[in-house]
Amino acid sequence: MNMLEVNNVSKIYGSLHALSEVNLTVEEGKWLSIMGPSGSGKTTLMNIIGCMDKPSLGSVILDGQDITQLSLPQLTEIRRDKIGLIFQQFHLVSYLTALENVMVAQYYHSMVDEKEALLALERVGLAARAKHLPRQLSGGEQQRVCIARALINYPKLILADEPTGNLDESNEAMVMNLLHQLHAEGSTIIVVTHSPEVSKHAQTTVVLEHGKVASIINN
Amino acid sequence: MNKNQRFILKTLFSSLIRRRSRIAIALLGVAIGATVLLGMVTLCYDIPRQMGQEFRSYGANLLLMPANNQSTMPMTEVKKAVDLLPSDKVLGVTPFRYDSIRSNQQPYTIVGTQFDQVSKTSPYWKIEGELPKNPNEIMIGTDIAQFAKLSIGSTMPISGKSKENSRFDEELTITGIVKTGRAEDNFIFIDLNDLETLLEERNQAEVVEISIMATQDELQRYIQTIKEHSNTVEPHLIKWVTQSEASVLGKLSSLLYLVTLVVLILTMICVATTMMTVVMERRKEIGLKKAIGATNKSIAKEFLAEGLILGIIGGVIGVICGLIFAQVISANVFGRSIVVEFYLIPTTIVISAVVTIIACLIPVKRALEVEPALVLRGE
Repeated sequence: MNMLEVNNVSKIYGSLHALSEVNLTVEEGKWLSIMGPSGSGKTTLMNIIGCMDKPSLGSVILDGQDITQLSLPQLTEIRRDKIGLIFQQFHLVSYLTALENVMVAQYYHSMVDEKEALLALERVGLAARAKHLPRQLSGGEQQRVCIARALINYPKLILADEPTGNLDESNEAMVMNLLHQLHAEGSTIIVVTHSPEVSKHAQTTVVLEHGKVASIINN
Repeated sequence: MNKNQRFILKTLFSSLIRRRSRIAIALLGVAIGATVLLGMVTLCYDIPRQMGQEFRSYGANLLLMPANNQSTMPMTEVKKAVDLLPSDKVLGVTPFRYDSIRSNQQPYTIVGTQFDQVSKTSPYWKIEGELPKNPNEIMIGTDIAQFAKLSIGSTMPISGKSKENSRFDEELTITGIVKTGRAEDNFIFIDLNDLETLLEERNQAEVVEISIMATQDELQRYIQTIKEHSNTVEPHLIKWVTQSEASVLGKLSSLLYLVTLVVLILTMICVATTMMTVVMERRKEIGLKKAIGATNKSIAKEFLAEGLILGIIGGVIGVICGLIFAQVISANVFGRSIVVEFYLIPTTIVISAVVTIIACLIPVKRALEVEPALVLRGE
């Protein structure tokens, strides 16, 4: 079964075509990388797949639902229930501890559960740092908190935007290892990256150039 | 309170405590607003009381006169009327009895009164020398003193007729000269009992002046009460005193309320500006929360709750400072302590909270405009 179908999607800003007739399919449990240079449309595509923007043309079917037909509150609901987001800048709430940052995602999803949030941190190797504020954590640790937050609500799709962009090699390896674990457990993963090294971890790599799919590589 | 409510409350306090330098500015704004609000409103309430006492130095504000075109009224009836007034607010009750006499062939008006009460109802009288204390002692108006070339210590012969038509001749000693700038400057003042002895008539008064701590409305109520209970005594307002008192107090209160309103608006602007800065600083946080599933409603609730907490804490600080502020002003201007209206304390805290929430509305609107996609742009 397909987790994601992007059909002839275009995004047009005035005379600028950020995306032009993009087509791609991701089966459930697969790992896809979206690669491309700056300005190729990676972030625009990620926004559309992540239910944070709508295409000008075409349709996007996520988990059997055409998200281009949904209202903004409905898109919020999809983001909350089906998508786990991992960011290049981590985006942790600065005044909350690591544990509270994970619990924030539970709060907006359903009901906070401290034990479960602690388990998620334990899974990314940060149980001991649960009470630390983001500024007291290293970049790699912050990204692992971000991953714990992304997986806390058992999302069907994990969307990672340059997840290793701000990390050194050892932390990059640790983060990729975590994504492999999630993939092995059946999660569908889409990673946007400009790094060929990171994209090699995926089963399929889609290369974007000037808003169009330039090539599809099966790794 | 469920787990989610406990969690969001904890995160709100974390937000306020861990961003205290920014929050301190907003808190200061709210606290100053609440301080001025409570201070000014307390003064607005207290100033009429304070000024009421000050105004009493301008003389009596209530007159009792004989009803039914009688020339005099019995003092027993006057006492009954005075007993209808709140005793703790009555500062003085002065009866006056007028008659005509002659001195060295010149006609004069002699006024019998109770000197111990005169200073209470007419504190503005300027008296040179002393008030009469003994029989055959009098105080004369300054115009008489000048006209008849009399001074303190000199004697003044008087003659007249009693109500029983018998003639009296007395030699009275002048102990004081009074100057008021009004009719009193042409009167001879004598103790009421002494005058009544001369007139052979007891316990009658023509006019009774009363000085009482009351607003114009309260005075009207007292007048109504006396009218309902007495047929022999007719109460009147001394309008020049009560009207100028009401006019000054009205203008003063308007000024204080205007200043309070301006300060509230300034507070609102201060809080709105600070909260706007807070929203701008927290755009990424708002974007992130939206990206992970926060609805506009929950974002608005969080910011408004933060405003509410800010308003309540600022209000409590403002109440403490406001009471000190009002006390300091009252002590310095009137030399008296304020009387606190306790219901103003919770009212000030509620107003602070409401004003802060109103000030947060525009920043919250801005917060809701933040797009979740912001977090993916690597800004």
